[in-house]
Amino acid sequence: MGLWQSYRLRWKRRRRLFLARQRGRELRALRDCTAGIRPGQILLFCCLRNELVRLPWFLEYYRNLGVSQFLIVDNGSDDGSTDYLCAQEDVSVWHTTGSYRGSHYGVDWMNYLLRRYGSGHWCLTVDPDEFLVYPFSDSRPLRALTDWLDASGTRAFPAMMLDMYPKGPITAQPYRAGTDPFEIACWFDSGNYTCRRNPAMGNLWIQGGPRQRTFFTDTPAKAPALNKIPLVRWRRSYTYVSSTHMMLPRGLNLTYERSGGEIISGCLLHAKFLDTLSHKAEEETQRGQHFAAGAEYRAYLEGLRAQPDLWNRWSEKYINWRQLEILGLMSKGNWT
Amino acid sequence: MTVGYIMLCHTALHRAAQVATHWAESGSPVVIHLDARVRGAQAERLSADLAVCDTIRFSPRHACEWGMWGMVEATLDAARLMLEQFPGVRHICLVSGSCLPLRPPQEFADWLAGQPETDFIESVTTADVGWTMGGLDAERFTLRFPFSWRRHRRLFDGYVRLQRRLHIRRHIPEGMVPHMGSQWWCLTRQTLAAILDDPRRAEFDRYFSRVWIPDESYFQSLVRLHARRVESRSLTLSKFDHQGKPHVFYDDHLQLLRRSDCFIARKIWPQANRLYREFLKPEAEAAPRAEPNPGKIDRLFSRAAERRLRGRPGLYMQSRFPARGREGALTAQPYTVFAGYDDVFDGFESWLSKSLGARVHGHLFAPERAEFAGGETIWNGCLTDSAALRDYDPQRFLTSLIWNSRGERQTFQFGPRDHQDILPFLARDPHARICMISGAWAVRLFRQGGDFESQRREAARLQKIETAMIDRLRAAQMPARIDIRPLAEFLEDPFEPLELLLNELRPGPIRALSEPPRLGEMAGFGRFVQNLRNQGMKPVLLGDIPLDEPVTPGRRGARSRLTEERGS
Repeated sequence: MGLWQSYRLRWKRRRRLFLARQRGRELRALRDCTAGIRPGQILLFCCLRNELVRLPWFLEYYRNLGVSQFLIVDNGSDDGSTDYLCAQEDVSVWHTTGSYRGSHYGVDWMNYLLRRYGSGHWCLTVDPDEFLVYPFSDSRPLRALTDWLDASGTRAFPAMMLDMYPKGPITAQPYRAGTDPFEIACWFDSGNYTCRRNPAMGNLWIQGGPRQRTFFTDTPAKAPALNKIPLVRWRRSYTYVSSTHMMLPRGLNLTYERSGGEIISGCLLHAKFLDTLSHKAEEETQRGQHFAAGAEYRAYLEGLRAQPDLWNRWSEKYINWRQLEILGLMSKGNWT
Repeated sequence: MTVGYIMLCHTALHRAAQVATHWAESGSPVVIHLDARVRGAQAERLSADLAVCDTIRFSPRHACEWGMWGMVEATLDAARLMLEQFPGVRHICLVSGSCLPLRPPQEFADWLAGQPETDFIESVTTADVGWTMGGLDAERFTLRFPFSWRRHRRLFDGYVRLQRRLHIRRHIPEGMVPHMGSQWWCLTRQTLAAILDDPRRAEFDRYFSRVWIPDESYFQSLVRLHARRVESRSLTLSKFDHQGKPHVFYDDHLQLLRRSDCFIARKIWPQANRLYREFLKPEAEAAPRAEPNPGKIDRLFSRAAERRLRGRPGLYMQSRFPARGREGALTAQPYTVFAGYDDVFDGFESWLSKSLGARVHGHLFAPERAEFAGGETIWNGCLTDSAALRDYDPQRFLTSLIWNSRGERQTFQFGPRDHQDILPFLARDPHARICMISGAWAVRLFRQGGDFESQRREAARLQKIETAMIDRLRAAQMPARIDIRPLAEFLEDPFEPLELLLNELRPGPIRALSEPPRLGEMAGFGRFVQNLRNQGMKPVLLGDIPLDEPVTPGRRGARSRLTEERGS
């Protein structure tokens, strides 16, 4: 990379940090328990809107993994999510009615909170429908992973999004609050992903899975990116650029091995395809606040009207992380 | 007579205290060295925790920076204290605060009592081993290392470079041969006392204080001057990965550690509650009295190193994305590509599938769709037959297909009518076995019939593509796996190459071709080729197709050979 390009990326990073500070002003703390954050704790950052039905399981899942504090931006929920969050002991809530799109789909708000509270901590940035699975996640807490990453001098942990879906039409089995969404959406695509390198930012760009093969068959290039870097040992100078797909400084994006070996990685089980999606798709299409003016949601809405079944006879049923490791979707690296 | 433990601690002090208490309660003296860099409050808490035990002592504190002399100094002081205060100790074992005894202390003491004169310390000469994970080895002893590798990396590297350039070499003390080994040892009282009271100790200390990572070489070298019997192995199970960082044990390693029958393991994750609970039980169950056998754990760790350094060949994913040329194998396993065979034979795919006892794909890279075996629209791993998705990244399509079907050899058809983007990859991949009949497309054209003018144009187009194909494949220079024969040559004896191929692809004993594939209608093909020529096209890839003589395959008597075999 030439000097000119690193100079440009540096300015890009500074701009994003500046924007984070600007958009941070839109946030109003409803419940702030950040004073209770102790060194070495693992923090979770999340931006959401109207996710009441998902929240109980979401919080429980990450508490069990060992997340100590949740820092959540509530983007104008009106379904009671706000009150529910404020009633939790380990959750700090910021409210905003600012434009989701205007803050780079929530990234600026996240960057603001990460910079302010996350520095020096391992920070997990996820959506409320993403559930992290990492090697040995059934027997070792998240802290074991972060300790090991620290010892290896690794700053960022990649986890590919794995779209999970039910068998049959997605509206057939309603999701109830507090239950495991992967009891319904327990199927996934095991081996139809494409992977290419983004030369400008150094990250990998992964596409594929049920979304691409169902909703984007004619325009595969427009299928959503599945690569994510959700777990980072944060420093003040870091910033997410596009969702948690890419970061700056760009060295953080090099979470893969170029010389033939494997680095440790995980998966974000994505519980998007539940009956809650059709409602969400309608709402988000109207708001047009999502990526490419909600084009993705519009595609779902059109696709979903036909009551599609994402399942086919080659779908894999989710068992545990070892299965994902054997299938080559994630790797233990040299963690044993 | 008992075993004494020297324990070097710097973090997770509550765990160190727990282990020290466990040893002290079983009657073994413990001398604890606490890193001078640990702050006051924590240190006080540790000594308060351990005040109740009268067999625990604290030795003078030194700052123990990794790779520096402080660690050895601390050990020497602690050893002196141990020898002076506990005259009943016969063996002294050096452990760290993150070590955990895997077998009851009494069992360890009994085992050592059986070998009262043996020193257990890994001690090998630098020339003999390459285990210093990518670090400096012989130069550790001939250069000076006054700077910390952790804190002043630039100074460290710069000073090494400077000494190399100036050809500065240190003088190694007379009579001492540098040895290295694991820093965790178990020495007899006599040997340790001899090392501490050596008349030349000042000289040795001065020398080793500028050696790099002296804790891996001080005792390991000096023991060779004093010991009566050295057994060159460490009794502490401690493994390092390719970065030189110790492997950590967690709760889920419980059974593995139990079955290793080792005495002490390092390093244990401080929050591995189950390990600490199980192995520090006051009355551990009657353990098997086997010799330590860390083989299984060794294999686990070497597999991990293999995965980290070489990875799984043929896998492209979020954390393994090799640069071109660094892939190892391009695909997960061998596969076969047939080009032109299905043009010449009728129903070639189903015949091949039957002969091989395996599923055989059609043209996976056909322009309309990926023709999976059996006309399936979706395949292993949820790969769909959509041409758009396939052509978005043909390489990943193929590597995914091969990866998803590990254990089942894949076979597919290819030809000049297909999407050609995958060709350079096929040429490059050593796993691709390619069998090609050049010019076979002419047979299909001939059988399809139709308007001759459009046939001629199509023939010219296919021949152009196929010429490029052949150039690309020939450039790979791999005649053993890329087999190209012109149509005319193939038709002279079509069954012999097929037979050879089948025997190559089919496991088990060599068998004769029991039922050959059906060769379609060929009458008039010579005339068809001549017509192409007459129309100004030059079919060069077909070979020499005779004009008037009817094209009958197997003119060299392959057919008769087959029938004879079947008859006999």
